[in-house]
Amino acid sequence: MDLHNRRAFLRAAVAAGAAWSAADLLAVEDALAWSADQATGQGRGGFTVLAAADADVLDALASRIIPSVDGRPGAHEAGVVFFIDKALATFNSGQKKMYADGVQDLNRRAALKWKGSASFARLTPAQQDELLREIEKTPFFQAARFDTIVGTFALPTWGGNRDYAGWHMLGLEHQPRFQPPFGEYDAEVNRRR
Amino acid sequence: MEQAGARARFSPSDIVDFAIVGSGAAGGIIAKELSTAGFSVVVLEQGPRLTEAQFDHDEFGTFMRSRNANNPATQPQTFRTTASDKAQKALTLIYGRLVGGSNAHFTANFWRLHPLDFNEASVLGGVPGTALADWPITYEELEPYYTKAEWELGVSGEPGPFDPPRSKPYPMPSLPVKSSGVLFEKGALALGYHPQPTPMAINSQFYNGRPACQHCGFCLFFMCEFKSKSTSMVTMLPLAEATGRCEIRPDSYVTKIETNRDGRATGVAYFDAQKRLQLQRAKAVVLCANGAETPRLLLNSESPRFPNGLANSSGAVGKHLMFNTYFGVNAQFERPLNEFKSVQNTRMIHDFYATDPKRGFYGGGGIDARFGKYPITFALGGLPPGSATWGEDFARGLAEQFSKSMFFATHGTSLPLESNSVTIDPALKDAWGLPCMRVTYKDHPDDLKNAQFLTARAMEIAQAAGALKTWAEPVESQTQSVHLLGTCRMGNDPRTSVVDRYHRAHDVKNLFICDGSSLVTSSRGQPTETICALAFRAGEHIAGFAKRGEI
Repeated sequence: MDLHNRRAFLRAAVAAGAAWSAADLLAVEDALAWSADQATGQGRGGFTVLAAADADVLDALASRIIPSVDGRPGAHEAGVVFFIDKALATFNSGQKKMYADGVQDLNRRAALKWKGSASFARLTPAQQDELLREIEKTPFFQAARFDTIVGTFALPTWGGNRDYAGWHMLGLEHQPRFQPPFGEYDAEVNRRR
Repeated sequence: MEQAGARARFSPSDIVDFAIVGSGAAGGIIAKELSTAGFSVVVLEQGPRLTEAQFDHDEFGTFMRSRNANNPATQPQTFRTTASDKAQKALTLIYGRLVGGSNAHFTANFWRLHPLDFNEASVLGGVPGTALADWPITYEELEPYYTKAEWELGVSGEPGPFDPPRSKPYPMPSLPVKSSGVLFEKGALALGYHPQPTPMAINSQFYNGRPACQHCGFCLFFMCEFKSKSTSMVTMLPLAEATGRCEIRPDSYVTKIETNRDGRATGVAYFDAQKRLQLQRAKAVVLCANGAETPRLLLNSESPRFPNGLANSSGAVGKHLMFNTYFGVNAQFERPLNEFKSVQNTRMIHDFYATDPKRGFYGGGGIDARFGKYPITFALGGLPPGSATWGEDFARGLAEQFSKSMFFATHGTSLPLESNSVTIDPALKDAWGLPCMRVTYKDHPDDLKNAQFLTARAMEIAQAAGALKTWAEPVESQTQSVHLLGTCRMGNDPRTSVVDRYHRAHDVKNLFICDGSSLVTSSRGQPTETICALAFRAGEHIAGFAKRGEI
């Protein structure tokens, strides 16, 4: 979990009466949190692997895989493209070429179908969906779909799911502590008892 | 449970009383039993030692990048369905790789075996073509140690109508019921079944210096920040260390059990954190490395005196691998259940525990109510078949159904088969240069029929509970498991089993083996409490042997 939440968990552990003391851990965590916040702040602007134009295409692609609907955040709000960049720069470097080729292919298809389109990113959502239906069986699309899901829902430390946008989308609250009732069905039974 | 005195530190050249390989459910308990009995103990653990401040809720790292588990990048395995297939690289057997072992991040289901699990072979007259056998011990013999496990570790539960006899009630009342439990109970009662609170090794109240569960929702494959999960890591290892006679040595990857010309174990060779080969000398060795690594280590410990691997005159080392079957029914309901909160499951039934010859196959099991999915897993496979896999309908499906979904999980028997095994891959080496394991596994037809039967019952329960939509997981032969059982089975006959009724290797007087590998039958799907009870029993007997000079 990110440092903010980890601190919340440690505080809750102390409050819950954990026999082990987390006081020293809290001091360490507070110090670490500052540097982490700094690092995250710097990461918001730039990309390590992706060119800006390619990042726009991937942002648009991710936004069609998990769009923002009904006022809920989606892949764009979660910063999936930053996750993809970070992944390609690190553990997923083996897919750099697949991504580069995939983006090029999408732009080529866009220009062929709608004369003068400079980028997949400039198409309307309906046009983008039309093109994506053509490539949804390709390894590139499958990889992008997987990475969009991971980038939306993995812990923010992986580079996506900003401010837990993906978890907000699902209605998942990330708290150190809950009390019953947890859901509507157990609430109903407990009321009756 | 802070450590009182100085922690023990031994040099590899010290001849300690016991070297224990593995720090999980069994290793932690045996370390505590032997050190409190006055013996010097070194516990060697492959993985690192983590503290609460290092725990997190990283689904991607945990489930997809093998954090806190064996990593196929450095410890590859191969898999094949039958011996005539060519084994391919695959991650089949998964175990915890940290101080505390798999037990550190288990789900905490805590079922006892029933008397019938121990003598089913003779009662049913065996199952042709399988190695189904009676245990060398009975339920009555193990019962005091089940009770000991429940009270020393800390278990929350309530008695149910199919429970085996118990000498003492659970130490804590059951955990608060979740919506999945309420719905499960409704469906099960409507069909005349007997739902009961699921026994869980999680505190429902302050117990033994550890707080009650805070219901954060991250139990399955995650370590507990609150120490509310009653793992050997937070219950047993601190007691062992507090004796001043037990050293837990992390980042120590055991490669071989060394033996002398008399055929006695003299210690264990291991790679330390810097990949330097060390030898820890010991008067006796206790192997608690799990049902995958224990047989691998024995097979990799071959020598001129033990050409087929150590303790393997029977040829049973690595054989009879059992996974348990795990399938079930997904369901969506009208209103939010919020299964992301609290423990994995709170209600279960054992109505189908016993084998019923009328069904036409061997086996039985349990069904319980859970969710079992974190956000990524849910997005990858939590919507019904035929749902959109991208786009607005996909996003809407995820957002609307995450809080309204649950899983009716089935847990069933696996028959012990000689053909299901852990052997050594003839070519593959791990990052330390050690020969890797090769897994051969195919579920017995009866196990799949039993899983089909349980899935059909789970479907009826889900529908009787009022689910709006239900779909079953397809029942097919399994290719991955975290239940690693039966690979060094107990028995009275040295020709057909690896260890005796006290977990002593038939072939090596000062070698003991106790973990999932000891199980003779598979359990009905939740083996951990039995591993713990066996470990308490083994620890007591091993200490007795040592005191009487019988090792």
